Parts: sequence; structure tokens; C-alpha cells
Amino acid sequence: MSAVLARDIVKKFGEVPAVNGISLTVPDGEFMVLLGPSGCGKTTFLRIICGLEKQTSGDLLIGGDIVNDIPPRARGVAMMFQSYGLYPHFTVRNNIAFPLRTQRVPRDEIEKKVQWASQLLGIDHLLDRRPRQLSGGERQRVALARALVREPTALLLDEPLSNLDAKLRTSARQEIRNFQQRVGLTTIYVTHDQVEAMGMGDRIAVIDHGQIRQVGTPIEIYNDPADLFVATFVGSPPMNIVTHNGGGYLGFRPENFLPKDMMNGDGFTEFSFRVDRSEYLGSERIVYGVMDGFESKQPITAKLPPAHVAEESIRPGEWHPFGVKNSALREFDKDGKRANRH
Amino acid sequence: MVAIADSVPKPASRFRFIFDRRGVLGSFMVAPAILYVLLLVGVPFLMAVYYSVSAYTIYDPSWSFVGLSNFQDILDDPSFRQTLYNTFIFTFGSQILGLILGKFGALLLLRPFPGRKLVRALIILPWVVPVALATVAWQWMFDSLYSVINWTMIALGFITRDEAPNWLGTPELAMLSVIVVNAWRFFPFAIVIFLAGITAIPQDILDAATVDGAGFWRRNYQIILPMILPIMAVGLIFGIVFTFTDLSIVFLMTQGGPIGATSVLGFAGFQTGIVSGDVAHGAAISVFMLPVLLIVVVAMLRFIRRREI
Repeated sequence: MSAVLARDIVKKFGEVPAVNGISLTVPDGEFMVLLGPSGCGKTTFLRIICGLEKQTSGDLLIGGDIVNDIPPRARGVAMMFQSYGLYPHFTVRNNIAFPLRTQRVPRDEIEKKVQWASQLLGIDHLLDRRPRQLSGGERQRVALARALVREPTALLLDEPLSNLDAKLRTSARQEIRNFQQRVGLTTIYVTHDQVEAMGMGDRIAVIDHGQIRQVGTPIEIYNDPADLFVATFVGSPPMNIVTHNGGGYLGFRPENFLPKDMMNGDGFTEFSFRVDRSEYLGSERIVYGVMDGFESKQPITAKLPPAHVAEESIRPGEWHPFGVKNSALREFDKDGKRANRH
Repeated sequence: MVAIADSVPKPASRFRFIFDRRGVLGSFMVAPAILYVLLLVGVPFLMAVYYSVSAYTIYDPSWSFVGLSNFQDILDDPSFRQTLYNTFIFTFGSQILGLILGKFGALLLLRPFPGRKLVRALIILPWVVPVALATVAWQWMFDSLYSVINWTMIALGFITRDEAPNWLGTPELAMLSVIVVNAWRFFPFAIVIFLAGITAIPQDILDAATVDGAGFWRRNYQIILPMILPIMAVGLIFGIVFTFTDLSIVFLMTQGGPIGATSVLGFAGFQTGIVSGDVAHGAAISVFMLPVLLIVVVAMLRFIRRREI
């Protein structure tokens, strides 16, 4: 297990930069999530780390050694692919054993390690099946077992849950995380799903257009977004952004935007809010509308706790006094960067 | 409810929707293919079987049943046994050579390079050039006096004029020559088969193998080859069946010579049955291919079914 360090990695396909100067440190044993919309370069970056692509410029260090010119098989990293990439003509046993075979590990050693990895993931009863005889969740575990069996320096996961149904995804998320903590493996996890990112990552790197917008813990990313992209990409519904002070922007999370009578103390700013539409979601109510005196490209949203919001108190079409605590207001300059960072 | 239009009862025809019935339409569509097989393959085959148990010759076109004595006769003939042996060498030699060329060709054509599309189009030429034309060209290349192969080897100093091989005049070299020409004809087909197989493998699997530590050879022989084996086997069945029954290259290039060294079943059947007019023995030689091919094809089909993934 080792730290992974990227220094100003650039990857161009022809003239188009897919990765445009990424520098990132992943300490030993950390669970790092690369979060970004599709086509932002996060998968390309992952493929550079494992050596399937070669960067146009920049240095990559694994465990302190520069590995720029080292082929994938010598880097010792394991990767789990979106569609798992299981070998269909091999049994589960041979799938898991394959990375050991390529290292010319002795036969009885292979058998021991295959047993270890398959018991760890609870698939030891499936060893003689072929991949097509397995369910999606079982395939995912086989792929994970194959990635782990040779005790890699780092584990790279490329949207590993996107082929699972929603229910299975939640439990698989827990499983991968528990497992990673138990083994203490340096892990880099690529996803476009912010729920996965927030729920699993020790830290998150938000990527857009081949560049890192912000690196931080889930709390930092959520509470203190570095720019408008991060603010609107993370969170559901996203942060409300309104133009402010001629060119600048003001942002606040929907759950911080509450009726004035829910505010206590005076450290808050009052806004006049007209509700246009309201959605009842069981645990909360989301209302959409416009704010008096502020412009926004998106409808302003407020997330209201249901206990408070009886249907009659917030009526569509009417103006209501709403407020945001000053500590929950985020200011951005006209380039979209954070202005009032503390 | 307002009636939009009065429904006019139409005279129902029994045949109006006849082609909407799957069974009828299906039979109708398949009929030409079945007729083709029955008339152009089935009938000649039954006639061959019929002649092979008769004493029919073009000099004595009477039919008399002689049982399996024709088969006894040809099996007793050492030149037939030579022919049978030649057919196996010719078939499997050219298939193996063709597959090797096809595999390498496919690997080369997978990688992008300038002019790849043109090369992909040109590589198909050996397969589409009429066999007669191509064979005449090869005949000149193997000619005892004008062989461009020999000329090149002499010019490069590998051999002297006296040592120049007589390609079509020496038994082993003649067999090698017809094998090379047949493999040359077959390899574009093999390339197409390999390309189809390899491009059908998901990139994730190849990437996984690379990250799992497999180098070029291991990826090729433990991942790619086993995965394309079924489609390769189908191609091989085609190749074997067509080569085993083929006589064109041998007929055009060596006429089975020298001294029967390149005679194959198709050619021998043609010589005996048509050229010499001994239809009964010619038919027996031809029918002899059936059990051999049947065993090969059944074995390979079983293999494919077992390997299916």
C-alpha cells in the first residue's frame, strides 16, 4: 500500500486536453473520490495512474517512485472497471487467480490467496461458476476479489456501482467502504454520483474540464465550495445562486433558506420569496420560486422540514418572508470564485 | 357516442391475410434456399451415391449394382491412398498456414496507421481474384526457368543458379507450393474472421488483463485466443470443407503431379470419373470425402458448443 502523487498531469488526445494539469496527493490508506460530470477527464486520469494511458506531460509517483515509464503490470496497482472486465472463459477461481498467475506465484500460494480473497468477499461458494452464471452483485464482488488478491499498492475503481440496481448500490457502497477501511488500502474511486462521493470519500476531488476545482473532505466540499461549479454540482437540489452586487454572486443551500419565523437571533438576512411550485417528498418539502430583487438562472429552491410546513402556511403564488443565516451565505466574485472564505 | 363511419362489412377473403401468418410467410421465404440445396446439392449427392455402388462408365452406361466393390477397388489402389494422404496434408497445411497469416494480419490491421483502410480493402484481393488468374500468376512464380522467387534468391546470393529449386517438379516442393497458394487464398478470410472476433472483445477485458499484469503474449494466448476460439472454429470449418473438396488450384497448377504428389480427392475424382470416364469409381472417390468431413465437422461443432461463453 502506497501513497499516490500526481504532479501537473496533462493528457491530450490530438489537440484536445482531456486532463489539463491535475496535481493530487493521495496519502497511504486514504479513500479518495474523483467526482465530476461525464467527460470531465476523471476516467482518463485514472487510466493514467494505472498505466493504460500515458500522460502527455507531468509526473506520477506511486510509493515515492516516479512510474511515468513503468508498464501497468509493474506498477502493482489494481483496477476495477465499470463493466468489471471479468474473463468470460475462466471460472471465478481462475478469474481471481489470473493476476497471481501473471506474477508467477507458486500454485499452492495462489490457491491460498484465492481462498482468502473469496472468503473475504463471501463468494467462496461461487468459485467454479463462470461469470455469465453470476448476478450483477456477485460479478462486482468477483471483480473486487480479483483486484485485491495480489495485495495491490493502490486500488482504482472506475464507477464500480453503475451497473447495479439502486438497492444493491447502497449495500455495495457500504461493503466497499468497510472493506477498504479494514484492509487500509489506498483507494481512488471515480464517480459522477455525488451521493457515492459524499458517502464514501475520506476526501473528494471535484473535477471539471480536466482540472481539479476543489479537494477537500465531504464537509468542506459541501459547506465551503471553492467556486460556483462545485457549489452547483454538489448537493441536491444544488445551491441557490443569485446575482449580487453587480457582477458577483450569492449562494446558499436550499436547507438554509427557511421561513422567517423559523429564524432565531438576528444574524440572518431576510428575503422576500414567492413560491411557485411545491413538492412533497415525505421527509421534506421542496418549494420552487423566485426571490424579490435578485436574478437567478434557476428557480430558487427551499428545502423545508415537514413538521413546520403545513400546506396552508406556504401557499403557491404568494410572497413570504424567508431568511438565510449570515453564516450560511456564500459569496462568489464575478469569475465564480469564492470571495468571503474564512 | 357518435358513429364516425358506418362499418361496411367487407367480403372476407380467406387469403387476404395469408402472409400475416408466420408459418406461411416463413415457408415462402425459406423455400428458395431449400429448393437450391435440394436441387443443386441433394440431387447430385444422391446421384454420386447411386453411381458409386454401380458399374456405370461412359462406355457402358448400364446400371448394375455392384455393392461396395468400387470402394474396395479404390482402397486397394496405392495411388488413391497417396491421394487421401495428400488431401489431409494439403487441407491442414494450408489451414494452419492461413490461420497464422490471418492472426498476424489481423493484429497488424487492428492498430491504426495511415492508409489502413486502403490496406484493409487490398488485403481482401487474394480472396476475390478469380482462382484461375491468381494460379496462373503463381505458376509463373514457381516456374522452373522463370521463377521470380528463384531469381530473387539468386540475386540476393542465397543460392546459385545450379541450386535453384524446381518448385513444381519436386514432389515435396510441389505440395508446399499448392499449400502456399491455397493459404494465400484463404488468409484474407482468416483475417476477416480474426478481426471480427478480436474487435468483439470488450475493451474493459483487455484493459483488465493489462492491469492484472498480462503482457502481449499472455493477453493473446490466455485471453484473446480462447475468447475468439468459437468464431475461429466456424471459420476453420468453412476452410476445411472448402479445401478438402477443392480441386481448382491443383488442377490449374500441377495437374496432380509430379507423379501424383499433389493429387487430392477432388482432383482424383474428377480425373477418374469425368476425364477417364469411369463414373462409378470417380463417384466412389468423391463419396469417400463424406465420412471424413462428417467426422471433422461434428467434432468441431461439438467443440464450439462446449466452448460457448
